[in-house]
Amino acid sequence: MKQLLNRIKDKIEIEFLKQRDDLYFINVEEKHIIFLLSYLKEQEEFTHLSFLQAVDYNEYNMFQLTYMLYNYETKVNLGIKVIIDREKSEMTSIHKLWPHAWQFQRELHELYGINFPGSPRVNESFVLEGWEEIPPMRRDFDTKKYSEKTFYQRPGRYTKNPKDYMKEKLYKNFVEPPKIRRKDDE
Amino acid sequence: MDKKNIKEIEKEMKLANKGLSEKEKTLFSDARPKTVRPLNKYLEKFLNWARAESLWILGFGTGCGAIELRPLMTARYDMFRYGIAPRPTPRQSCVFVIGGYASMKTIKRIVRSYEQMQGPKFVIALGSCTINGGMYYDSYNTINRIDHYIPVDIYIAGCMPRPESLIAGFDKLKEKIKANECDGMNKYVENFDWYKKNQKRVIKDWNMPDYNW
Repeated sequence: MKQLLNRIKDKIEIEFLKQRDDLYFINVEEKHIIFLLSYLKEQEEFTHLSFLQAVDYNEYNMFQLTYMLYNYETKVNLGIKVIIDREKSEMTSIHKLWPHAWQFQRELHELYGINFPGSPRVNESFVLEGWEEIPPMRRDFDTKKYSEKTFYQRPGRYTKNPKDYMKEKLYKNFVEPPKIRRKDDE
Repeated sequence: MDKKNIKEIEKEMKLANKGLSEKEKTLFSDARPKTVRPLNKYLEKFLNWARAESLWILGFGTGCGAIELRPLMTARYDMFRYGIAPRPTPRQSCVFVIGGYASMKTIKRIVRSYEQMQGPKFVIALGSCTINGGMYYDSYNTINRIDHYIPVDIYIAGCMPRPESLIAGFDKLKEKIKANECDGMNKYVENFDWYKKNQKRVIKDWNMPDYNW
């Protein structure tokens, strides 16, 4: 693994993090991503794309995409993290490297509003049919408010504070221990 | 005009089928559903007994609760001894078991399947998600109260209910059918516009006929 990282470091700048013996993460800039992915796929035998997911960092105004690759020879997972702009929210499509990536990209387009130009069927709805609001997995979308607005609430739902409730239920006859006065307190 | 006449005219009115294109409108029916009056007292009683003893459930797993239907079919719980059996299509079945949460994508299929079922038809909703949303009460994608979209005869609470409680629920349904209390199908017809209004509020892209035959 160290040799591989050195080989990558010769070509582009990366940050690197070891999570486990079989799980590594690489932070890379957006412009290098296609080069890095195709290099890993063609030369280093990371032939399997496990998933592609996004995290919304609302407060820093960015999305973080994670491409998870797997090597069947060495049995190593390698995650590649890229940060993209939240306002623009556009990313180059990788459906030519891994054909099944179009499904992940379609999902991200619907749930996060990240656009992948050129990806096949990216505008089709995935789970939300006829969605009119902002994409629901963005953190500024208020899901509870939307639920109250759209669906009918059944009255009679209430919550208890678990600390008070368990205290009342389990230790009903609980007596506070008397305070022992010490000379130091005075 | 009398009030009665207006009501009768409204009932004979045809459905708009706004979601369909002009070409598709000729392919689907636009008639409203009609209420089914019970036959004479003793014949209806006999029929209800017969209906209660052979329940055919629609094998449509809408949520995680559908996993509880599988052990019911196996040798341990064996629902066949209660006269319950699964059928693959809505047109052949009479009990619709809604298993757990219904998402916005599934409610469209639920409505279609329910309307395609032939009467008399009954609905069992299992899991707390169908009652008040359960643990997904604040989700953007889970329907909170299923009885605003289709009429429900029996609720089985739990997350998830065990197969034993499902059998208890079926027993309760049998009692209700025998007592002639399961009138969900007529309730749906009488409040048809209210149900449609609720359904269309959730299903934004309505590209099917207003009532499926």
